Amino acid sequence: MSATIFGLLGAALVGIGLFGMLVRVSGVLRLLSFNVLGGGIFLVFGVVARRGAGAGLAGDPVPQALVLTGIVVAFAATTLAVALLLRLGRDGE
Amino acid sequence: MIADLLLAAAIAAVATGSVLARRAFTAVALFIAYGLLLSLAWVRLAAPDVAMTEAAIGAGLSGVLLLGAVRRLGPHADAPANLPPGLLLTALIGIGCAGVAAALGAAILWLPEPAPTLAPQVAAALPTTGLGNAVTGVLMSFRGLDTLLEAAVVVLAVIAVWSLAPDGGWGSAPGARQPVVGRGPLSLLARMLPPIGIVVAAHILWVGADAPGGKFQAAAILAAMWLLPWLAGLATPPRIAAPWLRMAVVAGPVLFIVVGLAGAAVEGAFLAYPPGWAKPLIKSIEVVLTASIAVALALLVMGPPEPDAPR
Repeated sequence: MSATIFGLLGAALVGIGLFGMLVRVSGVLRLLSFNVLGGGIFLVFGVVARRGAGAGLAGDPVPQALVLTGIVVAFAATTLAVALLLRLGRDGE
Repeated sequence: MIADLLLAAAIAAVATGSVLARRAFTAVALFIAYGLLLSLAWVRLAAPDVAMTEAAIGAGLSGVLLLGAVRRLGPHADAPANLPPGLLLTALIGIGCAGVAAALGAAILWLPEPAPTLAPQVAAALPTTGLGNAVTGVLMSFRGLDTLLEAAVVVLAVIAVWSLAPDGGWGSAPGARQPVVGRGPLSLLARMLPPIGIVVAAHILWVGADAPGGKFQAAAILAAMWLLPWLAGLATPPRIAAPWLRMAVVAGPVLFIVVGLAGAAVEGAFLAYPPGWAKPLIKSIEVVLTASIAVALALLVMGPPEPDAPR
């Protein structure tokens, strides 16, 4: 049951993040919205992992490991986006 | 059940608040809260490894990065790049996004029963690695190639961020120069926390073989222990031209590739570990990879190098 709750939360977060990316015009807020969206997608994947519990494991470790690497890759992409934003801000002066 | 509903409502509320916040600073503050609450959701989903990573990287390092960006951008952070959409367009976008969320929600409700899972295969093969933590087993053995590629992505991100250096910046120290903070909590924490944090990181790395934890969580903590004194102006980062710094960033992925090639020569498959050697090899790779990822994460937060200004 709790897996379904967080699955629906993940779906809602995707909608919220997508809305922010399309509606907000400031670069920082678009980047934040992108990360909210990403968090929602990871959460949906986590629910799939939780439903796959079995063989003495509380969740399917394969999607869990993929989410773990996904978080690090999303962070690397965010740092690159921030560097681009800072460069844009500098050139705009 | 009720706790889950409250937690889900709180996460949705801070996410909405962050996306709709009027000022960039407020949005980032709410985003940090979002990351921390999300890590609680991961605990509820029985994924403590992911919860630790989300708290350390999704909330902690991202928070430092974005707060720093808001401060450096100043009024630019709130300045619109172009005109915001009108009321009608906003409503249409809202309906479209709600549709996407509803479709995804329906897919969640109609997920197949019984759920497809690789858990039995992982549990059956885990003893061959000598590890007790199934997630570490997947990361370092069964899906080792994914982890190797991800470590390479982090190195690529460092190169990409550095390549955004402004004119005259190439080769100098990364990030904006931080003023020295002589007093106050930041100065105290920057002096007190690193010894404790380094021990905690080493512990998390070591127990990651059998308990929740591992290299990414340890690397994030180590990176934070470098960023704290940097933020307080106590530690000047090395110039990016320093050969040892570049070696440190690539050492982990290079060792991973070397061990992988050795596996190809000895066992006939890239990243295959000889029987009985899996755990020592995995731990050796993890130790070096932790150091490399920690340096890379800290450099990513610091940002592109700045031109040397006369002090």
